[in-house]
Amino acid sequence: MTAAPTTGAFAAPVDLNHPGHYLHWGVVQISVANLVVMCLMVTLFVAALLLPFPRGRRDDE
Amino acid sequence: MTSSWTGAVRRYALRRLPSEKLIPETQPVYMASWIYVFGVLTVSALVVVLVSGGVLALMGPGWWHVSGVGRYVNSVHLWSVQLFMAVMVIHLWGKFFMAAWRGRRVLTWMTGAVAFLVSLATAFTGYLVQQNFDSQWISGQAKDALNATGIGAWFNVFDFGQMLMWHVLLLPLAIGLLSVWHILLVRVRGIVPPIGATAPGDGR
Amino acid sequence: MKSAQVPESDAFPTRRYDLVKEFTIALAVTVLLSAGLAGLFSSPNVPPTTLASWSTAAPNDFTATAVAELAGTSTSAQYGPPYNHVPGAGQKIGPLGLQRAAGVRIPVDPAEDFVLRPLRQAPEQPEVTAALAQWNAASADQQQSWSSAYADALNKAPDGDPAKAAPGDYGPVPVLTARLLTLARAGSLDGQLLSPGRFYQTAYTKPMLFLADGLYLSDRATEQHLTGAQWGMMNETGNYPGQAWLWLSTFWYQIDPFKSSKNADAEIWAIMAVLSLALILVPFIPGIRSVPRWTRVHRLVWRDYYRTRR
Repeated sequence: MTAAPTTGAFAAPVDLNHPGHYLHWGVVQISVANLVVMCLMVTLFVAALLLPFPRGRRDDE
Repeated sequence: MTSSWTGAVRRYALRRLPSEKLIPETQPVYMASWIYVFGVLTVSALVVVLVSGGVLALMGPGWWHVSGVGRYVNSVHLWSVQLFMAVMVIHLWGKFFMAAWRGRRVLTWMTGAVAFLVSLATAFTGYLVQQNFDSQWISGQAKDALNATGIGAWFNVFDFGQMLMWHVLLLPLAIGLLSVWHILLVRVRGIVPPIGATAPGDGR
Repeated sequence: MKSAQVPESDAFPTRRYDLVKEFTIALAVTVLLSAGLAGLFSSPNVPPTTLASWSTAAPNDFTATAVAELAGTSTSAQYGPPYNHVPGAGQKIGPLGLQRAAGVRIPVDPAEDFVLRPLRQAPEQPEVTAALAQWNAASADQQQSWSSAYADALNKAPDGDPAKAAPGDYGPVPVLTARLLTLARAGSLDGQLLSPGRFYQTAYTKPMLFLADGLYLSDRATEQHLTGAQWGMMNETGNYPGQAWLWLSTFWYQIDPFKSSKNADAEIWAIMAVLSLALILVPFIPGIRSVPRWTRVHRLVWRDYYRTRR
């Protein structure tokens, strides 16, 4: 069972269509792809809270 | 001057949302965090979702199976949806921890939450109209949940035509209207002040 | 957190902030990211299973499924609303049977729709015509006993191969299912299971229910980690991220009491409906609405404000 490949000029350099990688942890079962997405989201959230935001000019002082 | 309905609507709209409130050039000083950009990122990801979906609609649902360009546009649609969902959820986390519903902003929270739920339904119907193994398996599984709650008797996930209509017309329309409403509410009420903040010169 | 205590936002000092510029940059970022990820990773597209590909790849599973349709023992035959009337079928949320209340609105008669009608409509061979006549003339009990006996025989045969089934009184069933297999492998069954008598079609209810009654479709899904017990709702074929946002819905299916409940779908989606409503109503829920104050994440968001206020 294979996925229809993308061909020609639109072939993807990174083919994600081969069998998925999964992690098992007790009752939890998660694909590496989903885990990467979730970790990126948490990282972005934490970074958004911690990184300093460029201060604009105070308008009315 | 006799009063007209049109004039009444205009006066009401301008009173609630004068142009300097609708597109202001300033923001309160407390708005200084990267967390604020996830709202606008959600809107911009939605624009990419709608445009890439629009291109797919131009050529019809079978196009991306037979065309390299179609496959690429389908890929843009998929990844923009992944981005849209990710930044929307981060926006939701941020607004929750800011208790952004304070100060008569409950309806802003509620329209956002409903837009999130409608987005889940839109993504789901999108998976159903891919015309591949995913669509088959997801519809086969989802029918049990929908039938168990009685909804499946009217909302038939095996009906490609019905699901396509929901995916490209009804649900995007709902998301669009909810987004506009949500953003207008943000502009009407302004950015929520920090928890525990008191107005300057209001007797600290 | 009464609204009266929250000052108006325009009571605060302001600073310049260019919303249009912010939106333009955000749009450029999302366009570049979407276009880049699409170019780098493309998108998943595992081809669908057809009745032809199923019957070719797994003919014995196809035959066993067709026999189960005749015997009335398949998932579809036992399903109940909205497809057919089956005493006692239909999930409940406690005492509430919404599935039965909705009624039979998409009628499906698996033996007739998946097996007998397609055979009648195909160019008839004399032995198939005779087999159909024998089937139609028989009592329901007789039909049931033929097809159950054949199902048992196939179950015991090596690989479920009809050619290796022990001889027995199966009536016309082996002829009917063998002919159906031929039709399916030739690809004609795929068209015949769509709504008869109509040219334009959009509903794939019948072929999908028939496919889902066999093991082949779920075997393919298991390979791709898509089944319910594999947290499949949030997974995608291959190595692509799936609907990760469905993590909570699929989580319930992994734990008791839902894992073993025959009303799992109804119960879980009732819970999800309540939780969805709770999300919408967060500002009104005591305790939950106070979490932001207790967690102090907001001290980070507004750290500049809190620092300068002192």
